[in-house]
Order: sequence, then C-alpha cells, then structure tokens
Amino acid sequence: MISVKTSQKIAKTALWIAGFSTVAILILVIGYVLFEGLHVLSWDFLTENPRKMGSKGGIFPTIVATIYFTALTLLIATPIGVGAAIFLTEYTRDGKVTRLIRFGTEALAGIPSIVFGLFGFAFFVILLEPVTHGWSLISGALTGATMILPTLVRTSEEALKTVPVSYREGSLALGATKWQTIQKVVLPSALPGIITGVILSIGRVIGETAALMLTLGGSLRLPESVFDPARTMSMHLYLVAMEVGTKEATEKAFGTATVLIITIFIINSVANQILKRFIAKSS
Amino acid sequence: MDYKAKEKVYEKILLISAFISVITVVLIGGFIFTEGLPIIKKVGLIDFLLGKEWYPTKDVFGILPMIVGTFAVTFGALILGVPLGVATAIFLAEFAPPRVSKFVRPAVELLAGIPSVVYGLFGMVIVNELLMHIERTYLANILRPEYQRGYSVLSASIILAIMILPTVINISEDAIRSVPHEYKEASLALGATDWQTIYKVIIPAASSGIIAAVVLGMGRALGETMAVIMVAGNTVAIPDSIFAPVRTLTGNIAIEMGYAAGDHVKALFATGIVLFVIIMVLNTVASFLGKRGAGQS
Amino acid sequence: MLTFKKSKLAVLLVLVLAAAVAAGCGGPEEKNGENASGVSGTVKVAGSTSVQPLSEELVAAFEEQYSDVTVNVQGGGSSAGVEAANSGTANLGASSRELNGEEKEYGLTETVIARDGIAVVVNTENNVTDLTLEQVKKIFTGEIKNWNEVGGENKPITVIVREAGSGTRGAFEEIVLGGDAKFDANAIIQNSTGAIKKGVISDPNAVGFISLGSVDSAVKAVKVDGVEASAETVINGSYKISRPFLYLTKGEPDAATKVFIDFVLSEEGQQIVAEEFIPVK
Repeated sequence: MISVKTSQKIAKTALWIAGFSTVAILILVIGYVLFEGLHVLSWDFLTENPRKMGSKGGIFPTIVATIYFTALTLLIATPIGVGAAIFLTEYTRDGKVTRLIRFGTEALAGIPSIVFGLFGFAFFVILLEPVTHGWSLISGALTGATMILPTLVRTSEEALKTVPVSYREGSLALGATKWQTIQKVVLPSALPGIITGVILSIGRVIGETAALMLTLGGSLRLPESVFDPARTMSMHLYLVAMEVGTKEATEKAFGTATVLIITIFIINSVANQILKRFIAKSS
Repeated sequence: MDYKAKEKVYEKILLISAFISVITVVLIGGFIFTEGLPIIKKVGLIDFLLGKEWYPTKDVFGILPMIVGTFAVTFGALILGVPLGVATAIFLAEFAPPRVSKFVRPAVELLAGIPSVVYGLFGMVIVNELLMHIERTYLANILRPEYQRGYSVLSASIILAIMILPTVINISEDAIRSVPHEYKEASLALGATDWQTIYKVIIPAASSGIIAAVVLGMGRALGETMAVIMVAGNTVAIPDSIFAPVRTLTGNIAIEMGYAAGDHVKALFATGIVLFVIIMVLNTVASFLGKRGAGQS
Repeated sequence: MLTFKKSKLAVLLVLVLAAAVAAGCGGPEEKNGENASGVSGTVKVAGSTSVQPLSEELVAAFEEQYSDVTVNVQGGGSSAGVEAANSGTANLGASSRELNGEEKEYGLTETVIARDGIAVVVNTENNVTDLTLEQVKKIFTGEIKNWNEVGGENKPITVIVREAGSGTRGAFEEIVLGGDAKFDANAIIQNSTGAIKKGVISDPNAVGFISLGSVDSAVKAVKVDGVEASAETVINGSYKISRPFLYLTKGEPDAATKVFIDFVLSEEGQQIVAEEFIPVK
C-alpha cells in the first residue's frame, strides 16, 4: 500500500510531466517548422510573386489575399455576431427563442469545415454565381463568416455580460432608451472584450484550408476585386507542399508555415494584451 | 420616426442577426441533403451506410469503412489526448506557479492557432516515418506487411490528440477553476492532501465541465480534415488494427471532391449528410449533458 | 489613459478595415484599353490542378504581349473544369483527363494543349529498374505483393495510388489496369502528387505513379516494358502511359479567349509547355 504522501508525490510529478509534455509537443511542432522554414524567410520571399506554381519566388499575393480575405470575413461576420450577442444578452430572457438561437449557434460551431466547404460550394459558388462570380474572395469570405460566427457570438456575449448591470440601470434611470443605453454605455464598456474575440477569430480564419479549397479558387494572381479568386497562405502551404511536391516546393511550404506561425503568435499576443487591460479595468 | 418605432427596428435587426446562425444551419442542412439524398435513394440507405466497398468511378458507393474509420481515429485521439489534456488543466489550475503557467498558457494558445495543414506536414514527415521505423524494426514479425507503412489509425490519432489538446485543456481548466473555493478549503481543513482534494472533491465537482471538454474535443477530432488525410493513408477498408491505414468521412470528401463528377459528387455530399447527422447527434447529447450538469450544481 | 488607448485601438481597427475594403472592393471591372492586337478582356480558366501550373506559366508569358487581356487561373479539379466550361462559369475549362461518357454529350470543344507522361516511381534505394506493363498491373491490383516476385529484395510492396476521380488515376487505370481490374484494396490513397512523392521518398518499399513533369532525383522512375519514361518516348508512342491536357470551350470562344488559345498553341506557347510537359506540335 502506497502511503498518502507517496501517492501525493507521484500525482504531483505526473501533473508536472503532463504540463511539460504539452509544452514539449508545441516546441517539437514549432521547432520542426521553424527549423525547416526559417532559413527560407527573406524580404524577397515576402515581397516577390511566386513562380512555377510557388516552388520558386515568394508569397506576396498570398499575403495580400490573406489580409483581404480576413478583413472581408470579419467585416461580414462581426456586425452579425455582435448583433446576435446583444440580442441574446440585452433583449431576451431564457425562452424558446433563445434556446433555438443557442442551439443553432452551438450546432454551427460543431459543423466540420469541410461541410462548410460543401455548403459554400453549392450555395455561394454555384447557385449565387451571377453575384459572387463563382470561386472568389466573396464566396470564400461568406463561407468563412458563417464559420467564425459562433465564436464571435460567444466571445461578444461574454464581453457584454461583464458590463455591470448598474451601468445599464444608471443609464435607463437617466431617461435613456434601451438602444441608447446599449449604444452609449454597454457597447463601449464591452468593446475591448469584443475586439479580443474578433482578433482571436482572425486566427481561425487565417488557418482555415479545407473549406477554402472548395470556395476561394486558389488563383495565385493578386486579387483586384472581391469577385476575383484568391489563395490564402494556408491554402498556398497545402497546395505547394502537396500538389507540387518537389524539394524546393517543400522548402517554400515551410517558409509559408513559418510566416503563418509568426502571424498567429503576434495575433495571440495582441489579443492577450487587450484582454489583460480589459480584465485589469473591469476588476 | 419616433424613438419607440426606432427601438423596435433596432430590436428586429438584432433578432435577425441572432437568427442568422439558425438560418445558416438550416441552409447547410438543406443544401447538403438536396445534393446528397438522391444518391442515397438510388443506392439505398442500408447499402450506402453498411456497404464495405467504395469505388465511385464504377458506381459502387458504400461508406461503412469511413464511418468506422472516423470513430476509430476519434476515439484514439480521445484516449491519447484527454488524459494529457485534463492533467495539464489540473496542473495549470492547481499546481503551476505563476511563472510556469505564464509560459504554458500562451503555448496552449499557440497550439490552438497552428493551421491544421502544419500538423499534417509534421505528422507525415515525423510521426509516420517514426512509426514506420518502429513497425518494421520491432513489430515486423507480428504485423501484416500492409500494417507496416506508417500511415495508420495510430498516427492519425496522435496528430488529432495534439490538435484537440487546447480545447480539452481550456475548457477543463475553466471547469476546475469554477469549483467554489469553499469546497477545496473544507477538504484541506479536514486534513486531506492536495491530491486527495483534487481527485475526491475538485474533479467530481468539475466533472460536467470536463465532460463538455471531452465532447467538444470529440467534435473537433470528428471534423478535422486536412491533417488527417495527410497521415491516415486513406485506404478504403475497415480498420482491424491500430496500425491499419484508414479513411475518415471528412477525408473522403476532401480527397475526392476536386475531381469528382456526376453521381460521385452527389455521393460526397451524401457523405456530408452522414457527417452532419453525426455532429448534430453529438451536439444534442452535449447540450443534454450540459443541462444535466447544470441541474446538478 | 485607458479610454484613450481604447479609442485609439478602435480607430486603428476601423482604419485597417477601411483600407482593406478600399483595396478589396473595386468591383469587377472591364478593361477598355486597346493595344496593338486590338484585343482586350478577361479570360477565366478553371479546372485541373495538374494543368494549373502550366496555365500559370503560359499566362505569365501571354500577358507580357497582350497587356489588355487578363487571364485568371484557378483550380477546382478536372470535373469542376468541365462543369465550369459547360455552364459558362469559366471561359476555359482545364482537364487532365479525357472526357467521360456523360461529359462528351455536353458538346464542348476539346483542345489538346499538351501531353503528360505518367511515370511509375519507386524509392531510390529500390534495385528494381525495369517492369513489364503486366507486372505493373499486377503490383497495382495487389496480385504481386513482394518485390522479390519482380526481381527485387524480399520486401512487401507498399502501393500508393491517387484518389478516385483523379485524372492521373483515370488514365493509369485505363491504360495499365484495363477495363475490369481494380486497384489493390489495401493501397494507400493520396490526393496529390506531392503526397505520393513524399510517401515514395520515405518508404523504401513504396511504389506510386505521378506526372512525368514532377519526377526528379528524389524518386526513381522505372522503365516499363524496357522503355524509359520521357518526352521523346511519349511522343513516339513507345511509352504507353500518358494523358492529354485539355482546354475546353463551349460554343464559339470570345476574342480574348481565342487569342489566348492561339498563343498556347503557338510555337512560343508550346516552348513553355516543353519545359515541364510534352508539346503537341
């Protein structure tokens, strides 16, 4: 029989090992990518056009396409997500409608990205082709927007919930209408939390591949309008590594992966900074 | 327009925003069912779901191997990922000194942000090759030759386990942290050690949250596509070993969508239907569990 | 202090979004300028990812001469290319396989712009260098399971094939397997050239088939019936496993599309084809 003290020690050691294994896995994955990709990075790599399907040259158009695609997706999803969150926190008590909306949002969050891809392909690319011009930034962004909507609703809701009830009561007591209260009091106080949610969903948008393969087109040309096809960095990474498959193509793929990881790291840090201030302020 | 009317308009707009999620789910379901149902009718539901052979260019559509494959890699991922994830969550919530958790938490976040394609590349080049080496060096006499190729249920499970770690860790940690302090203090005051307190008091109290974490992790594993197709081998055969190559439902769609035509496309949409139904059942179970958990506390 | 930072952030966010919108929302524009050739407009090419790299190269050279014609190239796969050409979604559909029965009925005009050999590749450590077509067939159907049956070492064969629907697989299936035979049910299946190459590079026992244009020193292409896979042997017909790259058009193509097709088939265009693939002229 192991004594209480020994089992305590074993358990504690095991938990420490677990914590460090998680970090070790991260270091292994990131270390591997950086090891293969860091030496590919250069100013030219970031600013040149790809040649030979990406196995030579840089990744400039895919960086631009990633920025356009991300901005467009957020532009579509943010108003809807925040609006939905306001409705859920400010306008309803638990009822049938709320339950339905919540179930819908949760269900949407669980749908695999490839299924979003099938949907986007059938709806935006094929059915709405006269409007979206088939595979295009707008088809991809509409698909992407539906994918990040649940995250945006949830994070915005949490941000709105942290706004003390007394703020709302104060505003209403001063004779403000409900909408004025939301617009002038609730939203400004919740803004940093909402922005954090938006920034975090950038991560998901940037990393998405499966759904975009069926909706964004994958053209390497610099998109000139939202109706042009485009290729984001994640797609480029997959297509260069998988479709081309030569040694230099694999190197370029790892270079792209390195840019992606650095981008995600920066995004996470920015989001954390904002969140920290927000927490410091609200407590 | 007087302000009351305006208020009504704003409320309507917000209501519509809130319903867009619901509408989208209905649309997704609608499109996938419209595109996929005809082929299920043509093949027959039973033959489609329980058919063991998939040869779309010769009009043979059976997706049982992919259904079994999906669940095999998902459970594999849970078996590997959940213990590590929950342990890391306990470590972060209860033991880690601030200096350490300041380092671990961003690491977990970064892990969540890495595109799945990167995990796929890592799995293909590192995990699969290592596994193939082990299979051929140490297990060569035990395993059938087809199971000594690296591509396997096991390698897909390993990659998926890493990918679900952040979900499991974050949600379990929240659940553990939300256990009231009094519980812990009372247990410690009664002379229990840290560890006894954790596994007799805190874990049971946080169990509904931890189960939610597992269910969400399961959803992520079920739905993952790109990383899995890069490591799993994608063979259409019911896996009878963790070393067998395997194809998942998501993989089936992603691999073949690019070049499919006619009934083949419809069959891939039909694969989407099966995936959609599985996810919906999982969501319903999750919200039921959530309700029960909420009822208990 | 806090409010200041907060508002600064909000302003920044708005600016970023505004800039992105300003840059991104130009709307589809028609080019009206005329140049020497007198042709202007936009051509959309969609379809096979195998043809895509070639199309991109051709477009780069084409646009240097015809600055008023914009050619957009995108993937989607051969079938998507056929559908896109048929529905008018794209001016040109690209296919890396022959049209199948149903597609033949669309009445599309097929232009062969290049041919591509399909090479049977093995690991560089493999000492097998020559296979008969019959042996290749038996390996890929799973009848031959060990390299020692074809003169190699006593090692089980790892068969890697493309996914159902792929143009490369379709052509390989038709030429090598013939009508009724099926691929080995235990074969590893990958949906890209790169994944097959990575599989062959990392597994000494592996065999796969890839586009001749993608063969490099990392893998070894075996001779089939004593014939090496190369541009010459595909052209003179002695290497049997090859497929066409097609551009598909519906009805009479518009001026810009026609100019582009003419360029592709011109001597200059075919020279670009010859860099990686096999010219048709």
